[in-house]
Amino acid sequence: MGRYILKRILISLATLLVLVTVVFALVRLMPGDPFSSEKMTPQVRQNLERYYGFDKPVLEQYLTYMGRLVRGDLGYSMKYANVTVNEIIAKAFPYSADLGLRALAIAVSVGLTLGVVSALNRKKPIDAVCVVVAIIGTSIPDFIMGYVLQYFFGIRWGLLPIAQYKGFAYTILPSVGLGFYTLALVSRLMRSSMLEVVQQDYVKTARAKGASRFRIVRKHMIRNAILPIVTVLGPITASVLTGTFVIESIFAIPGMGKFYVSSVQSLDYTLVLGMTVFFGAFLVTANLIVDVLYGIVDPRIRVARG
Amino acid sequence: MPEAILDVQDLSYSFRTYGGEVQAVRGVSFEVMPGEVVGIVGESGCGKSVTAQCALRLNPEPPGFRRGGRMLYKGEDVFAKGERELRRMRGAEIGFVFQDPMTYLNPTMRVGAQVEEVFAGRPGVSRREARSRADEMLALVGISDVARRREQYPHELSGGMKQRVMIAMALVGRPSLIIADEPTTSLDVTIEAQILELLDDLRRKLGTAIVLITHDLGVIAKMCDRVYVMYGGKVVESGGAEDIFYRTAHPYTAGLLGSVARLETDCDEELKAIEGTPPDLFSPPPGCPFAARCDYAMRVCRESPAPEYRLEGGHRVSCWLRHEYAEPVELPARCAPEAAV
Amino acid sequence: MEAIGDAPDRSLFERVGKDRAGMEAIERPNLTYWQDAWRRLKANRMAVFALCVVGLYVVMAVVGPWMTSYSYTATDAKATDALPSAAHWFGTDMLGRDLWSRVWMGARTSLMIGFVATLLNTLVGGLIGGVAGYYGGAVDMVLMRVVDVLYGIPYIIVAILMMVVMEPGMGSLIVAMVVTRWIGMARFVRGEVMRVKESDFVAAARVLGASDATILVRHIMPNLMGLIITNTMMAIPNAIFTEAFLSFIGLGIQPPECSWGLLAREGSQTLSIYPLKLFFPAFFISTTMLALNLLGDGLRDALDPRLRGE
Repeated sequence: MGRYILKRILISLATLLVLVTVVFALVRLMPGDPFSSEKMTPQVRQNLERYYGFDKPVLEQYLTYMGRLVRGDLGYSMKYANVTVNEIIAKAFPYSADLGLRALAIAVSVGLTLGVVSALNRKKPIDAVCVVVAIIGTSIPDFIMGYVLQYFFGIRWGLLPIAQYKGFAYTILPSVGLGFYTLALVSRLMRSSMLEVVQQDYVKTARAKGASRFRIVRKHMIRNAILPIVTVLGPITASVLTGTFVIESIFAIPGMGKFYVSSVQSLDYTLVLGMTVFFGAFLVTANLIVDVLYGIVDPRIRVARG
Repeated sequence: MPEAILDVQDLSYSFRTYGGEVQAVRGVSFEVMPGEVVGIVGESGCGKSVTAQCALRLNPEPPGFRRGGRMLYKGEDVFAKGERELRRMRGAEIGFVFQDPMTYLNPTMRVGAQVEEVFAGRPGVSRREARSRADEMLALVGISDVARRREQYPHELSGGMKQRVMIAMALVGRPSLIIADEPTTSLDVTIEAQILELLDDLRRKLGTAIVLITHDLGVIAKMCDRVYVMYGGKVVESGGAEDIFYRTAHPYTAGLLGSVARLETDCDEELKAIEGTPPDLFSPPPGCPFAARCDYAMRVCRESPAPEYRLEGGHRVSCWLRHEYAEPVELPARCAPEAAV
Repeated sequence: MEAIGDAPDRSLFERVGKDRAGMEAIERPNLTYWQDAWRRLKANRMAVFALCVVGLYVVMAVVGPWMTSYSYTATDAKATDALPSAAHWFGTDMLGRDLWSRVWMGARTSLMIGFVATLLNTLVGGLIGGVAGYYGGAVDMVLMRVVDVLYGIPYIIVAILMMVVMEPGMGSLIVAMVVTRWIGMARFVRGEVMRVKESDFVAAARVLGASDATILVRHIMPNLMGLIITNTMMAIPNAIFTEAFLSFIGLGIQPPECSWGLLAREGSQTLSIYPLKLFFPAFFISTTMLALNLLGDGLRDALDPRLRGE
């Protein structure tokens, strides 16, 4: 187990290194430069370039950046004067994290429940309803879901606030909009996983032992059916977090997504880089945790990977 | 004569599939007396497992359903029972040992807990009692270091060990009948002997009746008092183990015996496979299911099902060769498989 | 011995022996894998319906823009933000461009990107994964380390950055998608090739002296086709979504060209006043993804050999 975790950590670090390098290269390849839109004398421009280190060779810039990165310093933003990237992240990330966590919580809890209910009532009306909800849910992109919810619940019926993030009522539409796709996905996965487990021999053993239906479902089916779901939690977290990009702009929430998209469009090199690195590190860590978690919940893996 | 524990009368059981109805069991009758070991032998797909699983209604229903006949456990028809009554029977009245301990044990549950589960939700058995009875049974089936083993997961145990756990699970509720469905098929030969010995030993100690389902005649010879030979969803021959091995009356049984390898040298016939494949149970042949593969088949065999003839001492056979019009046939004499009765 | 009712005809007891024809008789019709799969797909009404929907959209993407006299780029200052009418069947956008022709031009772009990107993805990923899985050893080792490392990178971020670097448009969208998505397919195909490679029938073929190419083409590929087709099918809605997402945040297709994602972006800006402008692209994106998902599910069930006979 220890060796396995160590290996996973090393891979994660490599992933991060590749990510930072690729993003660094891509950012430098972007057409135009961050100062082109502003009116400035060549002198000022030169000073700015020196200030940000653009006059040095790219390799040196890269090494300088990596050096700072190791110390956790993501540098200064180029658009927001005198604000560090760390400060922007510190301010924006809590919104995104809060939104993402709410969406994930809704998606996983409701999704698992629907999947189980659906599988246990196979070919009955309730299963059909769950399947339809799930398949529609996985067919509507989150940004469209966001607008649909905003339009009906906010604009047409005026039930819930449609913008900003200032209390529980404000969180409902964005987190449902963000989580709906994942909810549907989880319920589909759980349903098929449950249907697979239902056919397993050990379920028959449990029946032969006289275990109650409830007990069989809880102890034998769900426990085993949930394992494959754990493996997709990493990618699911990633998709929910990227979903925050658009959901935040739809509901005017001052989170990471809003800054990210605008920084890409305004070529704010350091902000793009910093946020990507932060975002990547976050996801890589999430994946790492999921992998380790999987080792813990599945006793077979625990030994095999020992 | 004491009442049979399990009395199966003309049972037919089918499955509905897209291709039509699969008639897995077609009019099977047999009985099991208290404390007796009854063998059911036949090749895969002959309906032996389906029949056995009817006793606890373990076949998936639907698509499975009873087409006709009855299956009485201690005088009550299991097909008349509700889910609740069936649950009370399972594990407590009839214990089931499955074929493959690898897939029939839950991979994510500790083995001790899986044995204890037999008592879950049963009135009058406390948690502690369940635990101590499980441990007792695990020790009885020959698992050493129970305190450690009970906390392990199935994949940490060897195949033989897992089958011991399965047997402990079947026995821990002290049932009057154990149904063992190919209990040794997936095990090594050396382990097989141990497991069979264990079953026999436990039967002596606990007085449990056993239905042993297998395609292995050696196992039958070693263990069983009485034997039913099934083919194509029907019982073709039944009787005491000696009748089956030494006074073989059905060509299928003879073929089955002829296809078993033996070490004994005084029987030096060559090993013979039965040509062909078992009948398609979507549309079983109208006559004897074995007619198409039978060297002695007559026209009548293909057209109408053979009646059951009673021979000496409870030996019965369903074969037209016993009819007065049929030309007498000497089935090839065979010695019983190794370690014969 | 028991008597048996009426004495039957003696001739019935004539010895006939084995019935060689009847011995192996199987009454069910013998279908090949693909016939059986097609039969099951046809039996799945949802999948057939989905297939019709996808077919309809593809046809409309081709002929739709020609059904009206308005070009999809022609602006009309006098008819901006019009509601659907006899002239403009879906209304017009804020520049007075006809939405009917824009929606179906958008369908061309969106569907094209969805299908082409996914197909390329399957080719690239399948080839790499297949080679790694089949040859194993050092090639596989290196590749899998690379995949391990790349797999953790959030693809959408890289796609976003690539879109900024490249000239926006259909080609770069496809490139960005293939570059970021081949890993999943490679991983999948590698795993499946490894699984099939270890199977007994491949071992048997090898013992019988089949060449590498024969084994790959005759034994491994046919056994993987079902899974690969299903996987590819399931990936198409994802590609359509990615296109819509990137165009929606302004990094994909640029006006005056159009795609469903871009139309959704334009429509969303006036949501509270002209909700219909968002409705049309949203409806087509969602129903296309829905149909493709249903079709994918149907294919998965139809092609799963374990479900044969159900």
